[in-house]
Amino acid sequence: MPLTLQEVEHIAKLARLELTDEEKTRYREQLSAILDHVAQLQKLDTSSVPPLAGMSGSESHLRPDLARPGLGAAELLKNAPAQADAQFKIPPVFE
Amino acid sequence: MEYEVVIGLETHIQLNTETKIFCSCKADSSLDAPNTNVCPVCMGMPGVLPVLNSRVVEKGVVLATAMNADVQSTSFFDRKNYFYPDLPKGYQISQYDRPLAKGGYMDVPQADGSTRRVTIWKLHLEEDAGKTKNDPAAGRRLIDFNRCGVPLVEMVTGPDIRSADEAANYLTRLRQLLRWIGVSEADMEKGHLRCDANVSLRPRGATHLNTKTEIKNVNSIEAVRTAIGKEIERQTREYESGNKIEAWTLEWDEDSQSLKKMRSKETEADYRYFREPDLLPVQLSGEWKSQILAEFPELPLVRRARFINDYGLPEYDAEILTAERSLSDYFESAVKSYGGDVKRVSNWLMNDVMRMLNDSGKTAGEIALTPLYLAEIIKLVDSGTVNTNTAKGLLQKVVATGKSPAEIVKSEGLAKVSDDSAIRAVVEQVMAEAPGEVAAYKSGKVGLMGWFVGQVMKKMQGKADAQKARIIFEELLK
Ligand SMILES: [Zn+2]
Repeated sequence: MPLTLQEVEHIAKLARLELTDEEKTRYREQLSAILDHVAQLQKLDTSSVPPLAGMSGSESHLRPDLARPGLGAAELLKNAPAQADAQFKIPPVFE
Repeated sequence: MEYEVVIGLETHIQLNTETKIFCSCKADSSLDAPNTNVCPVCMGMPGVLPVLNSRVVEKGVVLATAMNADVQSTSFFDRKNYFYPDLPKGYQISQYDRPLAKGGYMDVPQADGSTRRVTIWKLHLEEDAGKTKNDPAAGRRLIDFNRCGVPLVEMVTGPDIRSADEAANYLTRLRQLLRWIGVSEADMEKGHLRCDANVSLRPRGATHLNTKTEIKNVNSIEAVRTAIGKEIERQTREYESGNKIEAWTLEWDEDSQSLKKMRSKETEADYRYFREPDLLPVQLSGEWKSQILAEFPELPLVRRARFINDYGLPEYDAEILTAERSLSDYFESAVKSYGGDVKRVSNWLMNDVMRMLNDSGKTAGEIALTPLYLAEIIKLVDSGTVNTNTAKGLLQKVVATGKSPAEIVKSEGLAKVSDDSAIRAVVEQVMAEAPGEVAAYKSGKVGLMGWFVGQVMKKMQGKADAQKARIIFEELLK
């Protein structure tokens, strides 16, 4: 079942993507094809197959609660397009 | 029309672990400069992998157990996707359909003696986001990422709360519990315990739920009480004038003590949850669970009831003596060491020891006056070795020196003088020095007895047995 154009626009908005009309049409086809494929898989009876959480084991590896130094402000702020007072600076919200 | 108030509370509880939930950055940044407790993992840099902090699971299990929830042997983490400047990864790692625990409730005692059962609809682990500070005047918003990845438990109640006071009571009990079981500092002003309130009204007796509003940004239990009270008044007015309630999000403004409508969100929340592919399920074996719960304490409300039932303490005493765990443990140790009237221990604790604790800012577990020493001091009063005033001074001296009460009584000669001849001599001296008072007493001013006894106490530095002195006076003044 193909996605509607509105659904494609909604998904694009959630992902903060600006799409041209041509892209919307193209992605609509591509996404619909993916969904069709998954719909096929969903027809299989998997009630006797245990869910697989990952390939490397079945249990989360845990970490002891011990602190280690991280990046530090100077290193982190190299990623900041703008900064002030050792913080990332972005435009304000006006109410 | 008569309305019934329907309130549900959504709380975020900051766990007091040493490190963050998925990386080894220090979790508590309250004393640190902005953007100093950060690393590639909590900043969502490419190629990094989260690794779960075992202590977060442990504290979560303890909290879930204390809330009477069903701890799940397998739980999963999921990604909650949204864009906001305080969220560098573009998603928050949370739990969705397979949380750490399901169900749960808390029975909250109310002022009128009734109990309100507040059910828990949601209890899961997740990571916190950073902090943004809006500064329109300076034309900027500043972001501090220190809080990114700090472990939280999100806990949401059912719509079971029926008044602003009940909401405040629930939060008070929750805060008490969190500190008692040691999972959070639970300081609302510091954001360790955050609360949003959903409020709606319906005609009394109805079972449907009307449109609710959500109150955010309330930073103290008193503010929660006031904010909900005001929202109940507003909704009542709206219904009375025939208007509909709209599903607003309201922000509490502490300065003006009023609620302000927040800008409505452009799009409805659509978080596109999916399993976190970088984390495997959390498997909580029976063995690990029993290890975690091996030292699970008696909970405050259970202990409160036991103090009333087993010790026959008034509710007032039981409430105060279970407000905080170390005080409560202290009380029980003192009761055991003392072995006598429990109420007597309670009185000493509430009147004198608690004042010393308040003055020193220490907890009951930290002062030099051990429960054993307190019991010893009360016994010294019981046996007539020291009088009550001396005993109160003794409390201070034990705290100051760390020495045992018996040692101090001995070295400072504080034992009460009950030797008849010694007191008699002083009584005679007082009478000789105050012929006027003696004459007045004899002519009927019997109220002077207090003054006479006081004079003896003064001369004997408070160590005289006042009762004995009185008897001797009565005999000699006849
Ligand atoms: Zn980190």
